[in-house]
Order: sequence, then structure tokens, then C-alpha cells
Amino acid sequence: MSESPEGQAKSDISFTVNGKLETVHVYPMERLLDVLRHELRLTGTKEGCGEGECGSCSVLVDGTLVNSCLIPALQAEGAKIVTIEGLASDGRLELLQQSFLDCGAAQCGICTPGMILASLHLLEKTPEPTLEEIREGLSGNLCRCTGYMQIFEAVAEAGRRGAAT
Amino acid sequence: MAKAAIRMKNAPIVGTSVPRMEGRGKVTGQARYVDDMVLPGMLYGATVRSRIPRAKIKQISFGPGIRWNEFVIVSAKDIPGKNCIALIEDDQPCLADGIVNHPEEPLLLLAHPDRHLLPKAVAAVSVEYDPLPAIFSLEESESLEQIIWGADNTFKSYLIEKGDVDCVWQNADHIVEAEYTTGAQEQLYIENNGMIAAFDPEQGITVWGSLQCPYYIHKALMKLFAFAADRVRVVQMETGGAFGGKEEYPSMIAAHAALLARKAGKPVKIIYDRLEDMAATTKRHPSRTRLRTAVSKDGRILGGEIDFTIDGGAYKTLSPVVLSRGAIHSGGPYYWPSVRIRAKAVATNAPPHGAFRGFGAPQSLFALERHMDRIAQAVGLSPVEIRRRNFLKPGQTTTTGQTINEEIDLDKLLSRALELSDYHAKKENFARRNDQASRKKGVGIASFLHGAGFTGSGERFLGSVVGVEASANGSLRILVSSTEFGQGTNTVLCQIVAEALGIAYEDVSIAQPDTDEVPNSGPTVASRTVMVVGKLVQSAALGVLKTLTASGLLSDSYSPEEFRAACRAYTRKHGKIRSLAEYEQPEDIVWDEEKYRGSAYAAFAWAVYVAEVTVDLATYSVTVDDFVALQEVGKVLHPVLAKGQIVGGVAQGIGFALYEKVVWEEGRMQNGQMTNYIMPTSADLPPIRVYFEELGNVHGAYGAKGIGELPMDGPAPAIINAVEDALHVSFHSIPLLPEDIFAALPESSAEPVREAGGRE
Repeated sequence: MSESPEGQAKSDISFTVNGKLETVHVYPMERLLDVLRHELRLTGTKEGCGEGECGSCSVLVDGTLVNSCLIPALQAEGAKIVTIEGLASDGRLELLQQSFLDCGAAQCGICTPGMILASLHLLEKTPEPTLEEIREGLSGNLCRCTGYMQIFEAVAEAGRRGAAT
Repeated sequence: MAKAAIRMKNAPIVGTSVPRMEGRGKVTGQARYVDDMVLPGMLYGATVRSRIPRAKIKQISFGPGIRWNEFVIVSAKDIPGKNCIALIEDDQPCLADGIVNHPEEPLLLLAHPDRHLLPKAVAAVSVEYDPLPAIFSLEESESLEQIIWGADNTFKSYLIEKGDVDCVWQNADHIVEAEYTTGAQEQLYIENNGMIAAFDPEQGITVWGSLQCPYYIHKALMKLFAFAADRVRVVQMETGGAFGGKEEYPSMIAAHAALLARKAGKPVKIIYDRLEDMAATTKRHPSRTRLRTAVSKDGRILGGEIDFTIDGGAYKTLSPVVLSRGAIHSGGPYYWPSVRIRAKAVATNAPPHGAFRGFGAPQSLFALERHMDRIAQAVGLSPVEIRRRNFLKPGQTTTTGQTINEEIDLDKLLSRALELSDYHAKKENFARRNDQASRKKGVGIASFLHGAGFTGSGERFLGSVVGVEASANGSLRILVSSTEFGQGTNTVLCQIVAEALGIAYEDVSIAQPDTDEVPNSGPTVASRTVMVVGKLVQSAALGVLKTLTASGLLSDSYSPEEFRAACRAYTRKHGKIRSLAEYEQPEDIVWDEEKYRGSAYAAFAWAVYVAEVTVDLATYSVTVDDFVALQEVGKVLHPVLAKGQIVGGVAQGIGFALYEKVVWEEGRMQNGQMTNYIMPTSADLPPIRVYFEELGNVHGAYGAKGIGELPMDGPAPAIINAVEDALHVSFHSIPLLPEDIFAALPESSAEPVREAGGRE
């Protein structure tokens, strides 16, 4: 639950989400996570801890992986944001999403959107990461179900299939 | 069965890794969890909780600065039926009424259309207490100086006796005695608990939520509202992890949301934040196990006494069943000619502890598997040899007198695990190098078993029912209250139906668990879903086939096209085909609830795990470097999902052993955040190497046994055994943190102390 915004006045904030320009009328200190989920109904972005530890709310802001629970809405002004909903176009899964399915990398699914965005971010920097680079690259995203091994396999597999290109 | 086998031209579906049924929704962000759902006019709810462990409530007042008239406020007075969360016993109130028995006990409920206003309102409610003395440890509870529950603070006790243990001590060459303890562990599903409730004066209550057991909630709401069954409806949303943590507490949250919705006349959503979820909801029971064993000079266990005690917290909830499973597993996979197991669940003024993967077994098996290494030392045998000499063999009986009827060869299982982990070479190599090294290495093993399904007569009492429907286009739909929360319920049950009928996996679907629509197939717990519910689903599917063949529309041998045509022809004439199957206890499962003797479980899964660790004497931290998990789980129906279950369980077991410590103060969790309650990250875990043996199982669908809980039992003892191998210090308590190792290895002392943690 977000902090009480008493004393703040709502204002208009504009940014691009998944290629679409959006303007929202929100408290400036509202968390980006809440703006995405409540105002824009982009509920693929999940809350796990609310303090930047678990990575479930990971989104890409101007190409950088961020925890959207730590970003105030006003900081998103003018930014280009990518959420999980921006990934599969025309109903076709991205290679990375398909690898997650094939390797059993999604169990309960709650960390999956954040994990996929973190993996995408990793693959963009390092198209064919080593196991060590994957472990390091995903260490900001917690998963309680899988013990991570099948997530590592999925990311390595996506790298091999050329997901970053 | 036979018929299905004859006409199967297609490649088998069971045993292959078909795509996860709901996987696409999960990787695209389209899967709908409870917090993703919004109802028109919905309010947001919050809970006012007690701040102290035990007290009479003198007065509750509503502080200034809040427009209280805008809030819906619910107290115990608003409960139309009985103020309890019905489970085993009705001792836990839904809302405290005049007295509180643990910190975080719910007192009042608030709801408001603007979720931003709730935290301040909750903080503005002040409660005046008249404190009562409270107790926080097993020892304080056992001392009976304060009675906080019943006549003697005891929720439940069991006595399991086999042979005459009193006569073994005089002939024993060694008597090995020690005490072991395990701490509370938080399930830490990444999706916090949450519920939405709607109330309609005519139709009653509907709740949608993150949950494991729809019919537990159904039962609790009927009692709370004094409603007939048809006026309560429970729907499971996609559930973001559970691990037992969403077995019983969701009934509480559903009750709260429903009470608010009734008073508000509008739907109400309650979503816990992480701090509230960790502080207020259930955790793994802290435990203490005292083992006293009589052993011959050649290393055979002659008999023993096992005292197993768990801290149940302030109310009974599921403690009796957790205790039962822990007690029955306390003898492990070994042959005990005689044994006396005394088990007890006691009350303290902490929030009730509850279900968590393994359900008592990880606690008692930690103690036993540490103890086996201590016995080995006392006798002068290796940890490997002591286990070989005591393994249960087919034809022998367990501590409850259950005869092992399957051809399990634990000796062989152990040998394979040692080979896969290169155990002997490592052990020798580490022993040679450790003297000079500041990073000391060790290897440890644990061998164990886990019973699948409800204990004893439990499945008979449950009497689970499942349904399978066939529609005109030949597609099949499974109707069960068994829930998916990551393990793969949806996928494996659909595989079973496809296999049974020789149709495509894509032609099978599973209904969203909704008590208005699905029969009660029992709770999704106890590693019972694939084995017990799967078997029922298989026979319900065959019931569909029987209907088609009996009506002359299908012969014994058919193609998928002929199957579809038969469904079309049948439904045109008679409507949808609906086949139900109900559990019947197999004749060879006989259980005496009074004496606690007989067949405790329809099947056991067996395992040997090997851990390799490094202890860094500069930081006192333990790293697990390699982990081999070898298990016999009957037939593996879906290799990718099965492996996922094992790896995930091992990861939680590593957390249980080395990272996850609940810090308590006056019954209250002090570290209810992911920043200070530490679970393993992707950088912390070793390669977890998973191997299966597949003996099969006559009671499970296609030979499957339960699998979900097994991997939680072995990692902790294997790891602490490995730490002992590295340091020659015996630790008896988990979690084992660097500060515990530091305390046991003072820098000044050249010789490490021999004992640490626990008492002996």
C-alpha cells in the first residue's frame, strides 16, 4: 500500500508506455508501480515487497531496468517505459517468453514479468551471457518457486536463439 | 485401464514435458491474480491488529484527524454467526473480542474507497490494553506457570510405540543422546495474501482470492455467517506462490473482506503488504527434537526414544496435523526394532504457526539426519555406513508398523547419490586440504522419505470427489477444487485425462476452482494432488469413456476423430457428459487412529541428498558449492515440472538451513521485510543437480507418488552434516548463521569447541 499522499495535489504527468503516449492525473509522489497498475490497468507489473528488494515490479525506463515501486510518478515524466504487456506483439511470444515456457522458468508466475524484463535487459547488454553473468544479472529479482535453475536455462537458451536481436 | 491401453496409438503424454497449461498468461502478464481484479464501487480494506502479545482490551478509541464517518468499521459485534475461523477446532477468533492472545491478532476492520487513506486511519485507532503475562518459548509453555490455552497449553500430543524400548538400554553398546532445534520459517511466496469479497442479501457471499483450499474457506465462511452451503462461493484467482502459506490463513482474510463487504454493501478488497503478510500470517513451526538411541557396536539401532515438540503459537489451527506428520517421519527411512515417539504441540503467545512445505517432517528429519552422523561418530563408522546398516528394507516395518511393500533399495539409491556427487573422492580430498586452508570444505548426506497424501484415514475422511465433463466438440474439462499455485496442478491433471482417453493434451482444460462449479477434491496440500486427485481424475475420465462405449457410440479401439464424433452424437441426444469419481480407500491401507499404528501413507517417496559446502573462516559464512538431489518418486509424469519442484524445494531447504531467521521479540516478528529476512537469490545457490529413480506406485495415477514436499526435508541436514565434516563442530540448530559459527569458533582458540547450539 502506498504512503498517504495527504497534502499533495494531483498533477498531469505524461510518458510513453509500450510505445503509446499516456497522460495521467496523479499525485506526483505516487509510485510508478501504482500508476501503471491502477491508472493504466497494466497489471502485468507485480508488487512483491514494495521496497525495491524483490524485483517483481521491474520495468524498463529509458532502457534501464528499474523497480517501479521505488520511482515516483513525476520522475517518469517524458520517459519511455516498457512493461511486460509491451513484449508479445500480435499475440506472438518473444523468443525469451517462449524459452521461459519451454524450460519451466515460470511456476507461480508472479515474479515472471519482472524476471523476463530483467532477462531482456541482460540480453540486450550481453547477447549470449555465461551462467555467471546470468546469475549476477538476475540477482535483483527474487523467485521463491524455481530455485532459479530453469530460469538460467531459459535465459541461456534465449541467448542462443538470438533473443536480443 | 486396459481398454485405454489397447487403443493408444498416439505417443504417450504422461512422462513428457507438455507446455504449462496456464503458462502463456504468466509469461505475457495476462494471468489474473487477485490484486489485478477490480470490481465496480469496490472499497479497500485494512486490518487493525494488536500490538502486544496477551491482554484484555479495555477500550478502543478513534483518534482525531480522520473523517471516520467515511469509513466502514467492523468489529466482532458485526459477526452474524460464530466468531471463529473454523478449521480443526473453533478456537481462533475472526476478530478479537475483549482479549488478545498474540501480537498482530486482528481487532477491527476498516474500509474506504480511497486506498491512500487507510494506513493513517489504521494508525489512528488506539487500543488501551490491560496486559496479561505472556509466554514465548516451548520451555515456558511446558512449565505451565502461565496457562494460555486449554488446561495445559497442549494443543495435541501423540504417542507412537513399537516393540519394547525399555529393555534395549541395558544391551546397548552405545547410547547416543542429543537435542536439535529448528526455527520458524516464512513461506515468502512473492505474491502477498489478498482477497476480494462481494455480498448480496439474496445470493450471499462471493470471495475471490489467492488461496490453496477453496473448501476450507467455504466451511469457515458458512460458520462465520451462519449460512447454508449454497450462500457461500469461493473462487481461486491465479495464485502467486503458496508453499502451505495459503492453506489456512486465507480463510481469515476472506472472512474479514466478507464482513466488510456485508456492512459496506459494496465489494471490498484486502491486499496485505509484505510487512503485514510476514508479521501476521503463519510460518513453519519452530521445533525441538530430543533423540536418545541405543546402538550396537556394529552400528545397528536397537531402539530409541524420540521427543518431538513444536510451537503452535496462540491457537490450534493446523498444529495437530503438522505434529502428526513430523512425528511419523521422525524415524526416517530406517528400521527401528523398538521406538517410543512422544510428540506434542504447545501454545505460546505468537501468531499461530502453520502449514509450510514438508509440514513437520523437515523439522524432525533435520534432527534425525544430524543424529545419524552423531551415531556414526560414536560407533566409529562413516556417515555412509551407519545409514547402510539401518536402512528400511522391503518387508520390514516403519515406526508405525507399516510394512514396506515396494521394492525400494535404499542401499542402491545411496550408492548412486554418492557416485553422482563424487562423494568419496571429495571427502578424502577435503580432509587432506582442510588443515591448511582458511576456507574449509565438507560434504554431507541426508537420506529420508516423505509420505504422500493425508495421513492414516485422512483421505477416507476427506472422501474427495472430482468430475470430468465432455462437450460436443470432444473437448474435456476437469472439475476439481485442487488449485494451481506454480506446482503444475493444471498441467499434470490435464495430461492424465489426455493419456487416459488417448486424446490430445490441447483438447483438455481445467475449470477455474469455484465452489459453485467444482466438487470438493480436497485441499491442495500434503503432496496429494497428482497421486490421489490425479488417480480420481483418471477414473472420472474413464467414466466418460464408459458412457460412450455403453451407449454403443464408441468401440474399444478408436481414433481421436471417432472419439469426437461419439461425444457429438451423445451430447446431441443426452446433453453434456459428466463423470464423477469419489475416493475409496484401498484395502491395504489400514490405520488405527487410537494407537497411531498402521499404514500412515499410501506411498512414500525416498531420497538421498548430498551437499558440498565451503565454510570461510574469514567471514564465517557457509556457501553450498554443489548439491545432488536423487529421489524415487514413482513415475515422473512431467520431467520439467518435476525437476522444477525439486530444485525449488532444495532452494527453500538451503534457506531454511543457512539464511532464513525469524527474529522474535515478545512474540512479534522483527524482520518482516525482504531486506532483513533473507531468502536465497540467484547468486547464492549452487548448481542443484536433480536425478530420479522411478519404481512406480500402485496407488497413484500412472504410478506417480507425491513430490512437492519431499525436497524440503533433506537439504538442511545434508548441509549441516557437511559443515560438521568441514569444521569438526557439531551444530544442532538451524538456521545456522555466520554469527553462530563465529560463536562456536572463537578466533583465540586454536582448537575448535566440539559442541555448539542445542544442548546435549
